[in-house]
Amino acid sequence: MSGNSTVGERLATIKHVVLVLSGKGGVGKSSCTVQLALSLANQGHKVGVLDIDLCGPSIPRMFGLEGQQIHQASAGWVPVYVDSEKRLGCMSIGFLLPSKDASVVWRGPKKNAMIKQFLGDVYWGDLDFLLIDTPPGTSDEHLAAVEYLQEWNPDGAVIVTTPQEVALSDVKKEINFCTKVGLPVLGLIDNMSGFVCPHCAECTNLFSTGGGEGLAKYMKIPFLGRAPIDPNLVMLLEQEDKTVVPNANDPNPDPDAEKKRTSSIVETYQHCELSKIFAAISKTLCEKLDSKH
Amino acid sequence: MDPIPENANEHCPGPSSATAGRAEGCAGCPNQEICTTQASGPDPDLPLISERLHTIRHKILILSGKGGVGKSTFTSQLSFALAANPQTTVGVVDVDICGPSIPKVMGCENEEIHRSSNGWSPVFVQDNLSVMSIGFMLPSDEAAVIWRGPKKSGMIKQFLMDVDWTNSEPMDFLLFDTPPGTSDEHLAVVQLLRQSGITGAVLVTTPQEVAIQDVRKELDFCRKAQVPVIGVVENMAGFVCPGCRGESRIFYPTTGGAKKLCEDLDIPLLGSIPLDPRIGRSCDQGSSFLDTYADSPAAQAYASIITKIKELINYSPE
Repeated sequence: MSGNSTVGERLATIKHVVLVLSGKGGVGKSSCTVQLALSLANQGHKVGVLDIDLCGPSIPRMFGLEGQQIHQASAGWVPVYVDSEKRLGCMSIGFLLPSKDASVVWRGPKKNAMIKQFLGDVYWGDLDFLLIDTPPGTSDEHLAAVEYLQEWNPDGAVIVTTPQEVALSDVKKEINFCTKVGLPVLGLIDNMSGFVCPHCAECTNLFSTGGGEGLAKYMKIPFLGRAPIDPNLVMLLEQEDKTVVPNANDPNPDPDAEKKRTSSIVETYQHCELSKIFAAISKTLCEKLDSKH
Repeated sequence: MDPIPENANEHCPGPSSATAGRAEGCAGCPNQEICTTQASGPDPDLPLISERLHTIRHKILILSGKGGVGKSTFTSQLSFALAANPQTTVGVVDVDICGPSIPKVMGCENEEIHRSSNGWSPVFVQDNLSVMSIGFMLPSDEAAVIWRGPKKSGMIKQFLMDVDWTNSEPMDFLLFDTPPGTSDEHLAVVQLLRQSGITGAVLVTTPQEVAIQDVRKELDFCRKAQVPVIGVVENMAGFVCPGCRGESRIFYPTTGGAKKLCEDLDIPLLGSIPLDPRIGRSCDQGSSFLDTYADSPAAQAYASIITKIKELINYSPE
């Protein structure tokens, strides 16, 4: 397997490789990946995010890196960094497309080749964590990533779900996928678990409730936490300027008001309520990974 | 024809032509290996498929670049609404092979497929509403379908070729619920329906830019694959708190949402559906939200969208 040797060289300088998976789409894989990355970076780790959702890459927009280019250095492709200290870098097919509207109409073999190239050609340097954001399903992209990573023992997968039943059955499929391909499940995050009305502070369970925790018990996997919908986070991931602290709860924002600013998205994120929950989730994750080694 | 890849050689004969990968111009093309290993030439099964489907008046794809925006929810509610008229016959094909949600949201989870001399019989939810999904063939709802592209495409072909959709009677609608993305399943459906014709695609999105940007990709796919676009449905737009009736926008349309997208690209906006927790609950129970909560604003939005779709495709029940 001479083709895989470059993957091995790249991974030699990376301590932990974690995949973020979910059978269902739109449950927040990318937003959870982004939040885990921001929390880990904020806790002082060096983090890389690899986006292997080739047909719908969301990572560039969420990190505010749309329109950035990948540079080719002698050591390989240089990731695009989120902060000036280069604690958090990312790689996505979004950086390679001629325009953000261009579709990637590729069948399996071509997607596999791209993923292999990402794993082999990106010069990550020393990393504490490489988080891999995946598309929904249990198909080519997932098999490719697992196959190319297999020999280097990826640490495992974090599964993301929402509490409603329709999502849970897809997520069960994903957990069984992990069992079949021998990928350890590090834990499950129950995302979009409730929404707190900014007007009356009453919590509505938009997508049912408690499903994720019950599923984790049923499938005998660790439960990492429950994350409600936070309009501030949605806004932060949406807005183009990531240094502005979002204030989604203000129904009539004054356009002339001085905006609260930070140095980078890593800092802005700390102003979102959800950052506390994800700080706890990433600490649990770190402990789990450290106890394994 | 498959779109010609951007990195192809200058004299590319087209990836689905009989000489793909073997023509003179293919030498040295980065895609040559993919083209030669793929079956080339027109698919000999296409005439069989059009024979099967020729009595179906409208074939509509429900697409979205992004996952979890409500494709399956919309497909199921559209099919329930169309089939509310006892004269209208409707079929639903779930081409989401790895994450089939249609059996659950249409309340026919534990049904099984029966085989007759005419092929597989779809599962009937009502007398005039039939469904086909890989979900009916799995040993349990936990079983993962770990298949690569060609196997998924093969399954979709069987859904179209081996399923006795119409019993040779006329059928009004066949709706296709698709997985997110622009890959194997989508190409398979478009190619397999080439001869029998596609009425058009309905694109479902949510208001935030992360979703809109995937929908732009999907529109680009429709253009490349020559699938007519019927219009865009904006789902999960705004949320009314059941406690205080205060409205909040959970998925904030920072770039103008679906309205702006449709204006920019000059395609019809079919309507916006507010986020109502009861829609999700109806889906978990597999019932028709439109029947159960007919007076809610979300149900009214649905109804007006469905009327618009009928108008745009010139449908009037006989």
